[in-house]
Amino acid sequence: MKLGGIKLHHCKNTEDSQSTVLPLPAKVRIPMSMHIGAPCKPLVKKSDIVTVGQKIGDTDAFMSAPIHSSVSGKVTNISDYRMSSGNICKIIEIETDGKQTICPDIQSPDLNNKESFIKAIRESGLTGMGGASFPAHIKLNPKQNIDTLCINAAECEPYITSDYRQMVEAPEEVIDGILNILKFLSIPKCIIGIESNKPKAIELLTQKAEPYSQIKVLTLPCTYPQGAEKVLIYNALGRIVMEGQLPADQGVIVMNVSSAAFVSRYLKTGMPMISRIITVDGDDVIGKKCNITVPIGTPVIDVLNFAECDLDRAERLLYGGPMMGVSIRDVNDPVIKSNNAILAFKKFNKKNASPKPTACIHCGSCIKACPFHLIPPDIAHAYKQKDLQALNDLKVNLCMNCGCCTYVCPAKRPVAETNQFAKAFVTSMNKK
Amino acid sequence: MNILTVSPSPHIRSGISTQKIMLAVIAALIPAIIAGTIVFGPRAILMVVFCAMVSIMTELVCCVLMKKESTISDGSAMLTGVLLALNLPVTLPLWQAAVGCIFAIAVVKQLFGGLGCNFANPAITGRIFLLLSVGNDMTTWTKPFYYTDTPALGFFESSGSAALDGLTRATPLASGDAGLLELFLGNVGGSIGETSALALLIGGIFLIITKIISPVTPISYLGSLAAFTFIKVLVTGGNMIEVPYALLSGGVILGAFFMATDYVTTPITAKGKLIFGIGCGILTFVIREFASMPEGCSFSILIMNLLTPYINKFTKTKPIGRKTERRIANEN
Repeated sequence: MKLGGIKLHHCKNTEDSQSTVLPLPAKVRIPMSMHIGAPCKPLVKKSDIVTVGQKIGDTDAFMSAPIHSSVSGKVTNISDYRMSSGNICKIIEIETDGKQTICPDIQSPDLNNKESFIKAIRESGLTGMGGASFPAHIKLNPKQNIDTLCINAAECEPYITSDYRQMVEAPEEVIDGILNILKFLSIPKCIIGIESNKPKAIELLTQKAEPYSQIKVLTLPCTYPQGAEKVLIYNALGRIVMEGQLPADQGVIVMNVSSAAFVSRYLKTGMPMISRIITVDGDDVIGKKCNITVPIGTPVIDVLNFAECDLDRAERLLYGGPMMGVSIRDVNDPVIKSNNAILAFKKFNKKNASPKPTACIHCGSCIKACPFHLIPPDIAHAYKQKDLQALNDLKVNLCMNCGCCTYVCPAKRPVAETNQFAKAFVTSMNKK
Repeated sequence: MNILTVSPSPHIRSGISTQKIMLAVIAALIPAIIAGTIVFGPRAILMVVFCAMVSIMTELVCCVLMKKESTISDGSAMLTGVLLALNLPVTLPLWQAAVGCIFAIAVVKQLFGGLGCNFANPAITGRIFLLLSVGNDMTTWTKPFYYTDTPALGFFESSGSAALDGLTRATPLASGDAGLLELFLGNVGGSIGETSALALLIGGIFLIITKIISPVTPISYLGSLAAFTFIKVLVTGGNMIEVPYALLSGGVILGAFFMATDYVTTPITAKGKLIFGIGCGILTFVIREFASMPEGCSFSILIMNLLTPYINKFTKTKPIGRKTERRIANEN
């Protein structure tokens, strides 16, 4: 059985761009929800002085991750912020003082067993760096028996090279992070899945992993969405994560390669998640396409100015890649933990525009493109009829919004969007 | 600073469009149009252009009358016109061709909701409509290169006129006298576009290489027709030449590559396409062997078009990672 998928232009323009550090922005805006789960409550008040790495948001909720200040300075405002999901959380605005004073509590964590490791990971504020932003301490602490750690280094979205730069610039961090996770969680083996368009990363990691028989580097074909969790598990291990299951139910933990490298850095320094590498790319409105390390909470405008973006011509800005990325509404919105790229495009050309949808001609392209062989035309039909039974039978809940169907549709219909509406409808009706 | 455009993902689209697909199919028919023009004279190309124009006009009028946005730019009406023209004998009076086009577009396509909603292939149904209503003119096939020794036919003259009587002859399928090479090149009587297997194959292979059509339908159609003819020859003890003969004569190749692969009216999945192709092959064989009409291709495709919703229903892809209802119930 072969999963569907599509071929995309890689557009990895920044793969040779050594990551640099963004000059400290004048202020950062740190939202209290950058993860799946409950938002954090601010631990600081207006006009408090904060330091780098100081915990400024936390909660008792199980599914959550604490948030730390990425700069030193003064809290100027705490207000409501509407996230791209549409929900509202608090956002802490910090004016930087330029000194970047490190929080005195920062020290490498004491580790002696699994519990202390999981606790340390929670305190690090790590959430999945690939995009979904799942709190890592929950992912790394499943009830099920895990036999394989699967490191997701596919980076299948066009343009993005932040994971690639991590692998090329510091492959030893990746290996060290993996070894720590394997050790503390007693997982016997690890597979690193990399798409074949990154030969340098494959070579470096294979070389670094050579002394460790438990780590294997696997070259995957360049098919979007190779980096989707379920797709990766199927292609790397031949296991199918059934509907409603988590990878752990199949004995697998999937972790992003940059997250693994972060684990290594955190265990050494104790510095929580306060910055990350992002790729800044797009079409010719970006003067300096690059990879940069930015503090979490940096307003997008600062990143764009650094990359010499022609703001007069830029009309469409994205968090993340062109296939699953989220539109940026306001250039003052912050960079958050799960952002791996900021893309800017001018007035979209024919290929990128939101073209006018025409009638479905039943060509079947969407069915062939769907990784899980869903049937989008039938889903659209059933959704129009609000037929809950039919939608359940069509397994619309398996749709992960990878966008392959919309991409290939010759009639330019918003196929994935309709699937998402149908999925939301099913979720709300099934709850009742 | 511009006002930012916000939209749901994905933010890029592939270059393919409905219009490009339709134009590619029309482009793939160009060899057949050229072959038809060489064999049957300039009236062939006139017929193609005329049918395309009438179809486009009909589509436009329908859209205006139904207060819908004009859909002529997607190229599907033009394609229907071209396909129908290739299915007509070159001598058919133009008014009859026009009636066929109007029927195909207005009744078969637009009355059912336009592109994507029609249950049957408009060009095939248009041809069958003409076959049933002006059967005599539809089955009067001139011999190749007739135009070199007779004056061109007027626009509104019927091909049944006395001047042409001595020049017409039945399609080789009916009379059974033509060499295989002649059949392959198209140097035989028949409809404008269906005689030259070579020209049609060039177009068909172009469509397969560009992935616009799936090879499953034509292969299963032609394969099953060949297989059944082969069995028949074995049983009746005839000549093996009947097998290539069955494939090359009549409109089978045009049907298999250009009609049985229409997205709207044929199954979506490869399995469905296989069933559709085999069904067409069997029906063509049965109609040719046992029915009173010599040409079964159009009818077989029409019948299979009607079965398509059922084929689709039974050949649905099964989502990977699905749990059956029973399994979900057990887990609860």
